[in-house]
Amino acid sequence: MSCSRRDLLKNTFKATLASALPLSAFKMLSPAQVKASVGDSNVRWVFLVDTHKCVGCGLCVKACKNENEIPYDLPITRTWVERYVLMKNGQSHIESPSGGRDGYTDTKIRGNDIPADQITKGFFVPKLCNQCKKPACVQVCPVGATYQTRDGVVLVDRTWCIGCGYCIMACPYGMRFFHPVHKVAEKCTFCYHRITKGMKTACVQNCPFEARQIGNLKDPNDPVTKIIMNERVAVLKDEYGTKPQVYYIGLDTNVR
Amino acid sequence: MSVEAIVAQGAEHLGVHGLEWTSKELFTYPNEFIYWSIQIVMYPYMTGLVAGAFVLSSLYHVFGQQDLKNMARFSLVFSLALLPVAMMPLQLHLQQPFRGMNVMFTPHFTSAIAAFGIVFSTYAVIVLSEIWFVYRQYFVEQVIALKGREGIKDRFMYYLYIVLTLGAFDTSDKAIAKDKKAVKILAAIGIPVACFLHGYAGFIFGSVKANALWMSPLMPVIFIMSAIVSGIALCMLTYIIIMEWKKWGTIIAKGKGDKSVHVIAGAELDVITKTSRYLLGFLIAAITLELLDLIFRGYTAMKSWDILRSVMYGKDFMNIFVLQYTLGNLVPFILLLMPRLTIKRVFVALVLVLFGVFMMRWNVVIGGQAFSLSFAGYMHYHMPIIPHSLETFKEGLFGALTVAATPFVLFWIINKVTPSFEYK
Ligand code: SF4
Ligand code: SF4
Repeated sequence: MSCSRRDLLKNTFKATLASALPLSAFKMLSPAQVKASVGDSNVRWVFLVDTHKCVGCGLCVKACKNENEIPYDLPITRTWVERYVLMKNGQSHIESPSGGRDGYTDTKIRGNDIPADQITKGFFVPKLCNQCKKPACVQVCPVGATYQTRDGVVLVDRTWCIGCGYCIMACPYGMRFFHPVHKVAEKCTFCYHRITKGMKTACVQNCPFEARQIGNLKDPNDPVTKIIMNERVAVLKDEYGTKPQVYYIGLDTNVR
Repeated sequence: MSVEAIVAQGAEHLGVHGLEWTSKELFTYPNEFIYWSIQIVMYPYMTGLVAGAFVLSSLYHVFGQQDLKNMARFSLVFSLALLPVAMMPLQLHLQQPFRGMNVMFTPHFTSAIAAFGIVFSTYAVIVLSEIWFVYRQYFVEQVIALKGREGIKDRFMYYLYIVLTLGAFDTSDKAIAKDKKAVKILAAIGIPVACFLHGYAGFIFGSVKANALWMSPLMPVIFIMSAIVSGIALCMLTYIIIMEWKKWGTIIAKGKGDKSVHVIAGAELDVITKTSRYLLGFLIAAITLELLDLIFRGYTAMKSWDILRSVMYGKDFMNIFVLQYTLGNLVPFILLLMPRLTIKRVFVALVLVLFGVFMMRWNVVIGGQAFSLSFAGYMHYHMPIIPHSLETFKEGLFGALTVAATPFVLFWIINKVTPSFEYK
């Protein structure tokens, strides 16, 4: 059989093209993404924080660190509590030492005395991952190591994350950090390992004042859903368009 | 081993990434640190140099800018030497460097970094094939010249060149004309790809909506312009150094008054003067865009402007206005514009230009993390100088210097196979 070089090249090209086209029709998924796409979609986990009830005891932060194996004394945490103290002169003092883990028992802020008669208002704001509907962190992950489950929780695949930190940069809420032991991106998961087994998250379970609650937005009879539907709630930083799913009662304009 | 056990051991690797070199002021969220440090400054800097070097060589091949003829070959080979180095900083900053390949296995295309591998390899293929077409004739000539010679080195080079010809030994006029055409086409495709490669680096930052300083549609264009500026400057600088080296070699061998010394010096100044005009043009474009961005931010004064202003006009004033704009842009601009250009003056201007572009990258990457996402606090970066662990080496001064030195070593090696200097 005679086959010129030209023919050979031509045919090789055709064959490559022919095999590449059908291949490109498949979307490439990381192993964890595949797993996440099969799940219960009658559930959409949401969180409700009632800032009026929070006293800044820090028990939620403690519980979270223990439950999720975040080295206790290192300055990183999946959830934290911020203290806001607003003054008559318009000044505001904000702090969250060790994420509020040890409770706010001191009247000083960053070592400064705050004159009590000058304070207009003061309150605590617990924070955790917003499990955004349009998560910026998922959008930017180059390898699909961070992904959203069908019930709305954003997770990180510790076996696939390359540790580039792009998701940390992309989250407008500063939720993410590198796990000091696993060396991959780490974040609040709403205690996914617990809630999928019918338990509450560690922080909800440990809050003595019911300031934190978790619920299923797709269940109209869920008490959390009822509050979100019927009462005036707000979310943090909605201007970033990430559609956060942690709802707050009693949010203030000073909250960052 | 459980996490508790590792913590109990107090193992050295148990560092919070970023804690080492970040200091905080006022209110920042607990998890905020300078996560993207010096290597991420190096990354756009190095890609910029690659793109710039390539664009410079294409100006000759595509637009037939005859005045760039001597520069073109050199900058093409130099951009090949820079190419692998654009990947290096990314690799060095990963927390899981051995998983870097995952980007190729499961590229997640909504991410700006995901296509990097693809854009980068496309670009590599273009540069490699263009070099092949430029040097094919030379390869064939070498094969003929080295044929039958003894000696290990000659034998090695002989076989190397045989492989490099890829079996194409035809050096008829027709074949050479075809080569030339191929070079032209490749260079033409290469320009948009080079710009894309770098504009893309700008997009990686410009698209981070959480970061008030980075988010700007101008970011990719600003990056491209400053990339070309830095690429041209580095090519010119390396060219000067190598030509001076040759000149001194000739002076030592033949004496100062020899004719060939003047030939080299004349050719050098000629090439440099011509190239510096292009440098000036791109420099103006880069500065205009950066100022536009700055003015626009000040004028629209969005929520983030208060903290941005306090960073730019306060904490980072020295870095931005003194080091970047004045020393890195204005001074070299004046130096290059002043009449009766000399090599010494150009040399100083080029070093300053390169420094200015570096400061621009620094001010974007580090400056973008100088304030908290809460807009109520600041972070400061203290670059590790003396390394005491792998991490402080990688993400410290010496890691950055390693990255900066690599292209010159590579160029030295590549230049042995594809010599890129002629001063006839
Ligand atoms: S809060 Fe941040 S980490 Fe959580 S889903 Fe939203 S963007 Fe991602
Ligand atoms: S750090 Fe990990 S999870 Fe985050 S973007 Fe990079 S690869 Fe994805």
